[in-house]
Amino acid sequence: MNASAGGESPFSAAKWYELFSRGARDWLRHDAKVRDAVRRHLPELIRSGEIISGGARTVRVPVKLLEHYRFRLRRGAEQQSVGQGAAKPGDVFVDPTHRVAPPGKGPGGEEEGEVQLLLELKVEDMVEWLWEEMRLPNLTPRAGPSQDTEWTREGWDRRGARSRLDRRRSFKELVKRRAAPGAVQSFTDDDLRFRQLSQRRRPALRAVVFFLLDVSGSMSERDRQLAKSFFFWTVQGLRRQYRMLETVFVAHTTEAWEFTESEFFQVSGTGGTVASKGFGKVSELIAERFATQQYNVYVYYASDGDNAASDTAAARAALGTLVPETCFCGYVEVAAGMSRRQETETGRLFDERALAGGAVERCVLGGFEDIWAALRTFFAAQERAAEDA
Amino acid sequence: MSHEWRTFVPRLEQLARDLGLDFHPVEFEAVPDSFMMEIAVYGLPVRMPHWSFGVRYIYQLIQRHMGHSRLFEVVFPGNPGHAYLSAGNGLAENVLVSAHVLGHADFSRNNLLFQRCQGQVSERIVEHAAQHARQIQQAIETHGIGRVEAALDAALALEQHIDVDQPLRRAPYPQYLEPAKALADDAFRRRFAALDPASPAAGAPAPLRAPLPPHPERDLLWFMAEYAPEMESWERDVFLAVREESFYFYPVFATQIMNEGWASYWHARLLREADFIPQQAYLDAIRCHSEVVRPVAADEQVALSVNPYHLGFSLWEHIVARRGLDAAFAIRTEDDDFAFIRNHLTRDLVEELGLFRYRARDGRATVLESDLDALHEAILAPKYHFGAPAMVVRRTRPDGTLELGHDHRLAGRGLDLDRSRKVLEYVQRLWRRPVRLVTVDEHGAELELSVP
Repeated sequence: MNASAGGESPFSAAKWYELFSRGARDWLRHDAKVRDAVRRHLPELIRSGEIISGGARTVRVPVKLLEHYRFRLRRGAEQQSVGQGAAKPGDVFVDPTHRVAPPGKGPGGEEEGEVQLLLELKVEDMVEWLWEEMRLPNLTPRAGPSQDTEWTREGWDRRGARSRLDRRRSFKELVKRRAAPGAVQSFTDDDLRFRQLSQRRRPALRAVVFFLLDVSGSMSERDRQLAKSFFFWTVQGLRRQYRMLETVFVAHTTEAWEFTESEFFQVSGTGGTVASKGFGKVSELIAERFATQQYNVYVYYASDGDNAASDTAAARAALGTLVPETCFCGYVEVAAGMSRRQETETGRLFDERALAGGAVERCVLGGFEDIWAALRTFFAAQERAAEDA
Repeated sequence: MSHEWRTFVPRLEQLARDLGLDFHPVEFEAVPDSFMMEIAVYGLPVRMPHWSFGVRYIYQLIQRHMGHSRLFEVVFPGNPGHAYLSAGNGLAENVLVSAHVLGHADFSRNNLLFQRCQGQVSERIVEHAAQHARQIQQAIETHGIGRVEAALDAALALEQHIDVDQPLRRAPYPQYLEPAKALADDAFRRRFAALDPASPAAGAPAPLRAPLPPHPERDLLWFMAEYAPEMESWERDVFLAVREESFYFYPVFATQIMNEGWASYWHARLLREADFIPQQAYLDAIRCHSEVVRPVAADEQVALSVNPYHLGFSLWEHIVARRGLDAAFAIRTEDDDFAFIRNHLTRDLVEELGLFRYRARDGRATVLESDLDALHEAILAPKYHFGAPAMVVRRTRPDGTLELGHDHRLAGRGLDLDRSRKVLEYVQRLWRRPVRLVTVDEHGAELELSVP
């Protein structure tokens, strides 16, 4: 064939249109816009608490494709149109109203079929966005006295492992050396520079969070769901600050037990509430496993606040010992359907500690929409507590 | 990939010329399917970036995966014309498609609507569009994606709202109203003036400032570009770039039935008369032809839509058979789809083709009594105003508020309010003053939307 006719030679360089795809580029832009939109609506999206799944690092959010709006006529109750085939006046056919018309056909495509996009979001990203969006304070980690050591890159040397060869730097050396008259033109061993590592000591940023949940008969399923969502986001928030974050789950009724995370949210108990048992268990675990000196200890307690009257004195004492051992103690009162702050037995105990100058804060969760306010309260309070310390 | 089809192209071209077709040279290029798909999405080989094309692209991908759509060719009229053929086509398909392309090339060179629009836009729209794309890419680098996207959101949303009856490069409106005509100085006038000597006989009145716009303006893109109070010049350029491309798209849109029919008529005829095509290739090509140009899907009796290829093809066959080739050439020069359908879709042809009008309601389509005029209108209804509602700029208020109006009389119903509000939001971000829109609600009562 004549090569000049089409320029279609197997030896010709790749055609420009094979080098990139404009469609894919614009699709990525659409994707970025969807992510932005999701990000703006994240607080509402995750309000339902549905997306929280134990341990998953990503979350899938179904979204609709964005529509580029145009002026369009209102959809009338009936449309007239033209068809073709063997039909007599009065014949009735099923009309596939939700026709998917190819929207590529120039301006004025028809109704577009519903296509859903499953957006996979990283939990860490979401937490970042949320913190930004909700203007939640960033925690300043409290440095314990213990030190972590870590390797950091520092300086260059002429000797080193092959894998740490710094090519750019070595090349600069070569250029510098060659500038001198009569220098050897090629690389010599003297030009090579290797990145060096050195050991740094940094304060340990370790933390442990205790989640203490009241699972007595008076806690409803919804109360527990609320507490679960709250705990989930608290962990996420703390994870942003602490590289090593351990979680401990304790449930109590008139007794207290430690659970694994997966079991924890399944537990349901019966009987009354004896908060002192819970506080006592936490204190015990701290002493056993987490020497206060090395860990930043956070305790969150979720309850409906109905502590047994006979337990008041014991609970006051237990809380009194617990609070000084922690960086922060938070109390969420889950009262599904009620967002008013009510005076409860347990609430009063925490108020007393707060008056006594402990790093303590309390909050009421009436529904999922209160979670953000609660998080803000707690994180702001922790920030204050950290500054005081 | 076989290039054998290329050897037939010069002979097809010669045959076409012998039969009376008259076209600018066409550059053929076989390209991968993925690129064909992009051209179909963008409408031009290189076009400005915008996220909405990404959405169309995904729909197109889905369609392709479901095996719904198959693109054989895309043609860009011009001098020279550009034709892209799918590299996946077989020999027979490509021979058919090349012949088809020649039909399009003849049509776009001779049809008056094409001529007028091309005369305005120039015959090198493909290069212009690439230039626009470059311009916009530069604007993104200078002003940031956010601002450029805001401009494109608005401009592309108004893509169909142009006025092709006005030139592409329009002069601004006169600033002042034309002064009233000087009164003739005749006997009557003199006697009339004498009646009241106090009235000022002469003294030119101060010229009156013309309202903006002086008449309802259909070209929203031009109006925005020309009169938006606070738009920057690069933003105006974005509007004008989109508008220029719309001028190019309009004739393709407004003659689709004719143009596709004409190309189909000619590919069929050229293949029939081309004795140099191998027998097998001819048979394959004709099979392919009958798949493209068929009224209803193979396994169905009735279709609730009309295949423009089939409709146009049948009309042209009919015209050539009854009135000869010369009449057909004259019609392809003078008509657009509106004239073509109204003048040449006759009662006999409607019966022969089995076209019917139906009313769709609640998922049930009821076939209506036959009525030729109503049938014409039902075919043409989606084609009015570039396929968009009839919008005009009604006026601008002294505070700079832009007032748009919707003429609902032809369509018989008002606008989709949610979407309209979104479009107003796009527009407002560029107009930078309040924007209002008057349309009607479901009962026909006037209704005003405003942003902010």
